[in-house]
Amino acid sequence: MEKTIICECGHHNPPGTLICQSCGKPFADAKENMEASMRYEGTARRSQTYNRTAVDKIWNFFSSVKVGIWIIVVILVAAAIGTIFPQEMYIPQNVDPASHYESEYGNLGKIYFLLGFHNLYGSWWFIVLLGMLALSIIVASIDRGVPLYKSLKRQKVIRHDQFLKHQRLFAQDVKGDLGTMKIALKEQNYKIREENGSLFAEKGRFSRWGPYVNHVGLVIFLAGAMLRFFPGMYVEEVLWLREGDTAAIPGTLSEDGQYYLKNEKFILEFYDKNDEQFKDALQNTSNPVPKNFQTNAVLYKSDSNGTIGAGEIKKVKEGKIQVNKPLKFDSFSLYQTDFKMDELNAMSFSLVEKESQKKVGAFEVDLINPKKKYDLGNGYSVNLGKYYPNYFLEDGEPKTKNNVPDNPAFVFEMISPESTKKEKAFVAIKNNIEMEGNRYKVEFAGIKTKNLTALTVRKDHTLPIVSLGGIIFMIGVVQGLYWNHRRIWIKEKEGGLWIAAHTNKNWFGIKKDLQKLSDKTGIVMPEDRTAAKTA
Amino acid sequence: MAQLSSTLLYAAFITYLIGTLFFAMSLSDKKEKVASYSKRWGRIGYITSIVGFALQLGYFFTRWAASGHAPVSNLFEFTTFFGMMMVFAFIILYGIYKTNALGVFAMPIALLVIAYAGMFPKDISPLIPALKSDWLKIHVTTAALGEGILAISFAAGLIYLIGTVKQEKSTRETKWLEGVLYCLLCVLGFIILSVTFKSAGYEAVYSFTGKNGNELEAVYQLPVISAPADSAEVQGGFGPLFEAPAWMKGENAAVKLNTMIWSLLSGGILYGLLRLILRKRLAAAIQPKLRNINPELLDEISYRSVAIGFPVFTLGALIFAMIWAHEAWNRYWGWDPKEVWALITFLFYAAYLHLRLSRGWHGTKSAWLCVLGFVIIMFNLIAVNLVVAGLHSYA
Ligand code: HEM
Repeated sequence: MEKTIICECGHHNPPGTLICQSCGKPFADAKENMEASMRYEGTARRSQTYNRTAVDKIWNFFSSVKVGIWIIVVILVAAAIGTIFPQEMYIPQNVDPASHYESEYGNLGKIYFLLGFHNLYGSWWFIVLLGMLALSIIVASIDRGVPLYKSLKRQKVIRHDQFLKHQRLFAQDVKGDLGTMKIALKEQNYKIREENGSLFAEKGRFSRWGPYVNHVGLVIFLAGAMLRFFPGMYVEEVLWLREGDTAAIPGTLSEDGQYYLKNEKFILEFYDKNDEQFKDALQNTSNPVPKNFQTNAVLYKSDSNGTIGAGEIKKVKEGKIQVNKPLKFDSFSLYQTDFKMDELNAMSFSLVEKESQKKVGAFEVDLINPKKKYDLGNGYSVNLGKYYPNYFLEDGEPKTKNNVPDNPAFVFEMISPESTKKEKAFVAIKNNIEMEGNRYKVEFAGIKTKNLTALTVRKDHTLPIVSLGGIIFMIGVVQGLYWNHRRIWIKEKEGGLWIAAHTNKNWFGIKKDLQKLSDKTGIVMPEDRTAAKTA
Repeated sequence: MAQLSSTLLYAAFITYLIGTLFFAMSLSDKKEKVASYSKRWGRIGYITSIVGFALQLGYFFTRWAASGHAPVSNLFEFTTFFGMMMVFAFIILYGIYKTNALGVFAMPIALLVIAYAGMFPKDISPLIPALKSDWLKIHVTTAALGEGILAISFAAGLIYLIGTVKQEKSTRETKWLEGVLYCLLCVLGFIILSVTFKSAGYEAVYSFTGKNGNELEAVYQLPVISAPADSAEVQGGFGPLFEAPAWMKGENAAVKLNTMIWSLLSGGILYGLLRLILRKRLAAAIQPKLRNINPELLDEISYRSVAIGFPVFTLGALIFAMIWAHEAWNRYWGWDPKEVWALITFLFYAAYLHLRLSRGWHGTKSAWLCVLGFVIIMFNLIAVNLVVAGLHSYA
């Protein structure tokens, strides 16, 4: 049964208290382990006091640093496992992951895939681990932070003899003058309080809040990162755009209009092999080294009441988009992510009379938006019967893989003034199939190509939250690790002064402070009991 | 300019070496008469190290001028910079604690790192578009500084272990400690071999068929122990003793395996020779020299290095990295192996801080954690680049 602990000074302490919150008398076993008891000023922590209900048990579980460390270690190991083989997002887009892992990495790869490690960082259990980390941080911080705060706020100047005696740095019956010590400590930027001939000097208390601040930052960061899974917080789309084309930018439609982008030009530059500065390195590599990927783009916006595609579009701005230099507008950014050089764009052909080899006309097929009919004059014309932009043969049947004109094939119907029936011809790159008895044929005459740019459209409303978390975290770690909380208690006793000192970390630092004090005032240095024990 | 730059780097290297010797002279295994000459040699060592650091700064900025970009963009440049940051971190921590033993360990480790950097191609190379970013410079330099400071915690931890692990009989701890020293000797062995064979102009070439069916060449700068599977010798001398297993499919897997074998062998030979000469465990031989150290203080130094280095590392390797990734790859985090290993390093040191703070892991346990932390850092620096290729694969 928990009971309030009544100290000899008459103070009622909540159950679980290690050091009296009023006079500072250490209870029972706190004396044996003063350094550990001092960590939270000997206060009662919920997790150390209650353990009855399910809530208590969960609370205690997550507030335990041992558990917290285990969570960190499990995340660490999981993260490492995820780097053994490439994650799914880094394998080629066009392969089946199931067979890819096995064919590339053998049986281990297969097991890796079957266990779901190919998508480890997006797996439910990894997210749960991160959630447990956040929960553990929150619980542990409240469990300690609140009582610590209260206790540090109501610190008394005079502490119990036992409290002083069991500090790591302690000296008894010191001859010295409080007045000069006060001045010396003030010079070292200690804040001083006095009461009845006793003195309490303190500095760097704010550093005690460092861990709590950094934990808050971490939790905000994690929360921000998780928000990404909520719709509307995060947009990521890829826009492929040919030179000269204008297209609606996906994800940018809103009440006040739709953004459009025109790709004026895509530029790819390489370093000159004979570049004076980099000659040695460049001549050692076989592949040319790229210097610049750039899209010259124009941004447009439709007016607010215009329906999609209709409405007037107005130029907003022009700009270059380079790797590392995105184009920003509203809450969106456009990043240069990929490109495709020299994609087939148009093919030109001639209609030839086979026997005489005479050209009777010429036409050009736009491979993106082909016309159905090409009038060549003088009664000649060609119809585009079938078009396969990315042709392949399956069971003897021509098919197309997709709409990208990487390997175009056509079925042309040739019409001449004298012919009564349409002559058909199948034309593909390096693969023409002529019908028997055709008088005419379509001959390949030339190509036009265009460059494509791929831009990633991104809006990330989680960024401000994530950044805030990061900043708070950094402030917290620096606060907690670059400063420390140092306290010196001096109490007047019959035989002389009792001096005790405590710091939450950096004993070297506080000893230096005491050394300075001793140099200035001539008092003896308090002894470091831990050092004495190990030496 | 490029010539001046490499001259300065050599000069810095030699100066560090001399500084290390001065620090070594400051150690005394006698109980009496410590203060005077120990202090003097320590001071001289410290000043020499600072001079070396200034020279290396000279290298850094002249190379920057020559290439037009901060010289942290390939493995040679980055590793050299990391060594320089180790020296810088040492200068700071020695400034606080004035512990000569730290110089005897931290400086040679920095020297090894810089010498190891010299094994990578040193040409001034142009930047590919993704690397043209101020944030990248800021990220890489800050991360290296953080890692340099964390490396000092390794040096201090190592001194702690060598000074305190009981050497009367062989235990698990003495074995692990010898293992750590052996690893350092492997790096040394690799450097000695590489320099020897490079100055002799050794080169062997094997041709083989890559996994995509293309013809590849494996170029060896060390005698060939392991040739690529199913390869033909184009130009060679010694070897091969065996062919690398076929599952090692990476383009340079066989060459890397060869390098690995040589490192382990040469490390073994060095270790064996030292054992023969000293007739005891290496750590046991060094221990008496460390008689005057204060283990408590070294524990404190190693913790302090983590306390100082952890925020710097976090800022450089995670936060600045995220900002750069956001600008360059349009997302602040992409689970690229190098990123993940930076996160692992971060988590590891977070665990270290919690273990120390709440579970009282001081002294020996804490020192071993610092050793492990350094292993993780080096793994990220070297192995992730050479083995697990990611977006960051500079070379
Ligand atoms: C990756 C995650 C975490 C990071 C980066 C982190 C960071 C830190 C840092 C830098 C400190 C200060 C350490 C020092 O002053 O030596 C600290 C203290 C602390 N952390 Fe964490 N932490 C993390 C997770 C956790 C978790 C999961 C728990 C849960 C048990 C936890 C509980 C604590 C406690 C109890 C303290 C001591 C607070 C005090 O001194 O009053 N931390 N943390």
